[in-house]
Amino acid sequence: MAEVVLSTRGITKRFGAVTASEDISLDLRAGEIHAVIGPNGAGKSTLIAQICGGLAPDAGRVEFLGRDVTARPVRARARMGLARTFQISALAMEDTVLQNALLGALGASGRPWRFLRGVLTERSLRDRAEAALARVGLDDVAAVRTAELSHGQRRLLEVAVALTLAPRAFVMDEPMAGLGSEGSERLTTLLGSLRREAPILLVEHDMDAVFALADRVSVLVYGRVIATGTLDEIRADPAVREAYLGDAA
Amino acid sequence: MNREAMLNAAVLLALVAVPGWALWAGEPFTITLATRAVIFALAAVGLNIALGLGGMVSLGHAVYFGVGGYAMGILAWHAQSYTPLVEALAIPGTKSMPVIWLVAVISSALAALVIGVLALRTSGVYFIMITLAFGQMVYFFAISWPAYGGEDGLSIYVRNGFPGLNTLVPVQFYGLCLMVLLAVLALNWRLARSPFGLALNAARQVPQRVETVGLDPTRVKLVALVISGAVTGLAGALFADLNRFVSTTMLSWQMSGEIMVFVIIGGVGRLFGPVVGAGLYVILEHFLGDLSDYWQVFLGLILLAVVLFGRGGLVGIVAGRARTHG
Repeated sequence: MAEVVLSTRGITKRFGAVTASEDISLDLRAGEIHAVIGPNGAGKSTLIAQICGGLAPDAGRVEFLGRDVTARPVRARARMGLARTFQISALAMEDTVLQNALLGALGASGRPWRFLRGVLTERSLRDRAEAALARVGLDDVAAVRTAELSHGQRRLLEVAVALTLAPRAFVMDEPMAGLGSEGSERLTTLLGSLRREAPILLVEHDMDAVFALADRVSVLVYGRVIATGTLDEIRADPAVREAYLGDAA
Repeated sequence: MNREAMLNAAVLLALVAVPGWALWAGEPFTITLATRAVIFALAAVGLNIALGLGGMVSLGHAVYFGVGGYAMGILAWHAQSYTPLVEALAIPGTKSMPVIWLVAVISSALAALVIGVLALRTSGVYFIMITLAFGQMVYFFAISWPAYGGEDGLSIYVRNGFPGLNTLVPVQFYGLCLMVLLAVLALNWRLARSPFGLALNAARQVPQRVETVGLDPTRVKLVALVISGAVTGLAGALFADLNRFVSTTMLSWQMSGEIMVFVIIGGVGRLFGPVVGAGLYVILEHFLGDLSDYWQVFLGLILLAVVLFGRGGLVGIVAGRARTHG
């Protein structure tokens, strides 16, 4: 079995009487795309916030690259190579596409405390940013203001910024959200090729994308993982059929 | 050259041409007015680093302006009264501008560091209120501290000296202030395009993104606030030297408001916005102030028009939307 890169061990999170995460244990192995699916309100966003930092679990722990990172802040996990993308694009809209990618490269370099040198003259940052843009096919719009990009291009830029971090694992929060069929096909092809660079924990609503991409799937319902397995196993699981997919699947 | 660059060049040309025109037209007082505008512009350039680049709406920049002013006042007062600044160590005061500037920059930077560490735990309207509250605290402290004049302020008899210049000659002092302004504008320009500027710009727009690439947006903003406070503090030292007088007025919240008005009228985040705003303010103050004591009514109308119709300030109205750097 491939090496486990990222895992949660029994994480639990309660908000008052609501249990948003209950004893969730998941792992992401090298080279795979592990999809987490679940209906609205299943606790997907809470789960992501605990994995990436920003929300501390009440119990359990998060391990990344063999280290317990439960107490580490978002930026420390990012520096270790945990790259997340946001469901609603979190991009600097006034900046150019290249500047957004440069920010990722700058974060990866860990050296923002330089005040007088032009950032565009830094060859290493720029190469890294441009390579990431080329990878997602945005190199021709590098000089465009991000606010002028189409929704689909912004989704791609989210992935490009994550790529500049030279990630050891991706955590993607509904990367297909709001995309038309053409856009989601393009992104599906891209994500499929990314798994060789780093495994992807893919939280997604778009079932076509999940079925096309996922090596394994975990089903989250009311804060609990009711099943984890390959696509065939999940399709055949009676609890999943009842709780989530419905008889249509 | 785009329109903003042309506007900047025109403003620059006007600043350089003012003393020549004043001497030719026989209106030497214009030079003092222009010096006032240049110093206000410098204070506002400082605020623009926090407000324009970092999105920090500080309503307490009078603290840094006043700390810079009092740095000058206290050092020069000890020098002119021949009393040691620090009795135990026999450290004397000074009438040397470079030393005064250094002290002004360091002490206002420290003030910004302390205020920033606390204020940056909040954002939005709470940040505004905390910076305002600090401003009021420092203001009332200065009023109630009798050692340096309290409410009456401190008068300095002779303007401080700068090596190689006679600062008592208005043109020379104007030239010195203009050089400082231009140097800081150059710094501001470089800063906006630097790696730090990129991180700051993003911290203003999407702090969560900055964090997910492994940087600390709060720390980036704090450093920007310290630089901002230092620049405004330097302006305070020059302003005190222009008037040869320091008082708590420099620390008042109205002063904070005026500095912010310079930035907003000129154009938030535009390199020459604060210069245009401060220039317009001083011109209106001079000409309309002759007509009516309530001249600020007109300033209010202009501010209203700019805020309602031209979000990029006067620079934005003339030059259109800001271009992205690079």
